[in-house]
Amino acid sequence: MIVRRLLAAMLLVVIAAPLVHAVEPSERLSDPALEARARGLSKELRCLVCQNQSIDESNADLAHDLRLLLRQRLVAGDTDQQVLDYIAARYGVFVLLDPPFAPLTWVLWLTPPVLVLGGGGWLLLRARRRRRDPAVPDLTEDESVRATLLLGEPR
Amino acid sequence: MLVEIGHFALILAMLVALVQGTVPLVGASVRSRALMDLARPAALLQFGLVALAFATFMHAHIVSDFSVRNVFENSHTAKPMLYKVTGVWGSHEGSMMLWVLMLTLFGGLVAGLGRALPASLRARTLAIQGLLGFGTLLFIIATSNPFDRLFPIPADGRDLNPLLQDPGLAFHPPFLYFGYVGFSITYSFAIAALIEGRVGAQWARWVRPWALSAWCGLTIGIALGSWWAYYVLGWGGWWYWDPVENASFMPWLLGTALLHSAAVVEKRETLQRWTVLLAILTFGMSLIGTFLVRSGVLTSVHSFAVDPTRGVFILVLIALVIGGGLVLYAFRAPGLEAGNPFAPVSREGALVFNSLLLCAGMATVFLGTFYPLFAEVWSGVKLSVGPQFFNATFLPILMPGIVAMVIGPVLAWRRGNLMAALRRLSPALVGAFLAPVVIFLFNRTAPPAALLGVALAAWAMLGVLTDLADRSGLARLPMRTSWRRLSHLPRGTWGYALAHFGVGVLIAGIVVSTAWRSERIESMHAGDSLEIAGRTLRFVGVTEGDVANYHVERAQIVVERPGGAAITLYPERRWYPVARSQTTNTAIATNGFGDLYLALGDSDGQGGWVLRAYYNPLVPWIWFGAVLAALGGLVSLSDRRLRMRLPAARAPVTVAARPVDS
Repeated sequence: MIVRRLLAAMLLVVIAAPLVHAVEPSERLSDPALEARARGLSKELRCLVCQNQSIDESNADLAHDLRLLLRQRLVAGDTDQQVLDYIAARYGVFVLLDPPFAPLTWVLWLTPPVLVLGGGGWLLLRARRRRRDPAVPDLTEDESVRATLLLGEPR
Repeated sequence: MLVEIGHFALILAMLVALVQGTVPLVGASVRSRALMDLARPAALLQFGLVALAFATFMHAHIVSDFSVRNVFENSHTAKPMLYKVTGVWGSHEGSMMLWVLMLTLFGGLVAGLGRALPASLRARTLAIQGLLGFGTLLFIIATSNPFDRLFPIPADGRDLNPLLQDPGLAFHPPFLYFGYVGFSITYSFAIAALIEGRVGAQWARWVRPWALSAWCGLTIGIALGSWWAYYVLGWGGWWYWDPVENASFMPWLLGTALLHSAAVVEKRETLQRWTVLLAILTFGMSLIGTFLVRSGVLTSVHSFAVDPTRGVFILVLIALVIGGGLVLYAFRAPGLEAGNPFAPVSREGALVFNSLLLCAGMATVFLGTFYPLFAEVWSGVKLSVGPQFFNATFLPILMPGIVAMVIGPVLAWRRGNLMAALRRLSPALVGAFLAPVVIFLFNRTAPPAALLGVALAAWAMLGVLTDLADRSGLARLPMRTSWRRLSHLPRGTWGYALAHFGVGVLIAGIVVSTAWRSERIESMHAGDSLEIAGRTLRFVGVTEGDVANYHVERAQIVVERPGGAAITLYPERRWYPVARSQTTNTAIATNGFGDLYLALGDSDGQGGWVLRAYYNPLVPWIWFGAVLAALGGLVSLSDRRLRMRLPAARAPVTVAARPVDS
């Protein structure tokens, strides 16, 4: 509890410092494990005012605020998922670079495996149908000897 | 005056394109030699006119003629000459000009080099190319005219987006567009073949060199683009799954499939329909890519043109090109000759397998890129699809492809023996198993995904080497014999070997640089130092100055490593006052096996500067691999088999084509 309060106090100091660039040294949490989680999470959140960057990469003020906010949540004891939910609830699902598996994204997540499995199954079926009616039978031994005589040894 | 000549030439080119796109088509269907033969001079003339228009446009940029709106909006008198030239394609109008220049270049090349083609196929191919040219030129003249004038004439320009004032970005569009638009000619060949109703080995032999050249250009273009992103954007990443990157990656994936399946048509007269479909879709993806970049419908770091009328125009063009192509395909493809049969386990089978994966991969990238748009349209919810999605779906799809890519070339055509192939590849198998084990022994915390990646990279590289050793009889035959065999291998084989080895190198670069990169981000004062990857970085200080059209802050950092000479690196930040924007110019020291990557951040105003230091192991291999792959394409292109048969095939094919015509 005391540790947490200390960390929160440190955070306040951090917020007070004027900052404008991506992942500033001064934003960092002192606990390396927590900081590692913070870095991982900040790669999954989109900077809303930038074109197409995560808040980990962006140097916009908003990205900076979000980096601090997610660290605050982590220090407060949130799990990774809770932090993402917390931020998504305030800024919309648009901030989540890793789209969650929800009805809206079922098509997104399920199409790739369906394509691969469906395409593969279709090919197998075709191959099996083909095998049942062989259009060109294999050469007999005699024919292959004659072919070798005509064409030379296969390379 | 020159500007008006260019403008006039562009309009004339559009009219020539209309003639080129209609008369030879009619000629081919009524079998009028005279009308068909119009295609060649028309294609050459169209290229000449577009080249003239392009040259005058470039001239306006070089002399900073601010009476031209495009020059005013994208140039500045203080801009270095190099960027005045390359700034030509830095804007929307200019890049469309480059696009149409490439389109007519390919038409002109086919007109000039395709003497051996049967008259009707050549006429139809050039006619389709002419129609594509007409559509693009109409788009340029109607919605994005580069020759628009301004009055009164401004005294100075607004400067080019500083991010674009960089050698990497300046030179990658010509390569990229060469590749993008190069697939237009395979599209035209495919449509012409559908009209003719014939797709055979000979057709594939004509199409392959064009597909190969376009593919090489696209490979180099994508590699240059990602290299640019790597050293400019300032945090050491090199691929962002950004819509614009995906725009070039989708045609690349399909183009790769096309290249291989055209080879199957050439060698085995099978997969004809599939190849034609791929040719249509590959160029379709190039167009969709253009739409993506030019319309600005998706948020991207690169989009610098947002205009709905342009977007709608390109959408109509896409609908006509892809839709028209697919409708024709639906009607004509069933009439194409059925291919020769083959067993699932065969070289054809492996190529079909990889075609499937490349297409599924492309569809995944497509879906991920456009999904936010679809979702917003049907539910009103704005959502993001970031790198996490692509890594989770695209990478697993491509992995089996890497495995098959090594096995395929050692399988026999028609019917192969998987066990025999694996036995031949056993050295590679052993290597692919040992490489991650050795790494694991030295680094117990290595992530499993990285170990899998290392295994795949080793498999791809060693597989090629094993195959080459096997083909030359190394260790079985006397050294001299196997050396002679090796040097007598056809260029096509060397091309395959280089390209596939390059893929292995690329994977190694991607996996190792992603899994084992180190990072330090610290606030530094003069005299401070920090350690990264066994190196000591000493921060000497920051100097400021004004250069050409920007203001620079440059840090001096001395890098020392035990047992090596000290080097000095100068990461910079630049402020472009006219364009009012800032860029980071990183400093990178590389030894071919890893990059020390430094980027200068903000100052705290009290002598402290944020320094980002990264050590990216094997990252240069990503570009080495891409270059090897493109080199492989070029070597294949120089294969005698692709060139020599062209004139030799003339007589029999024209005879054979006659019954189809009548």
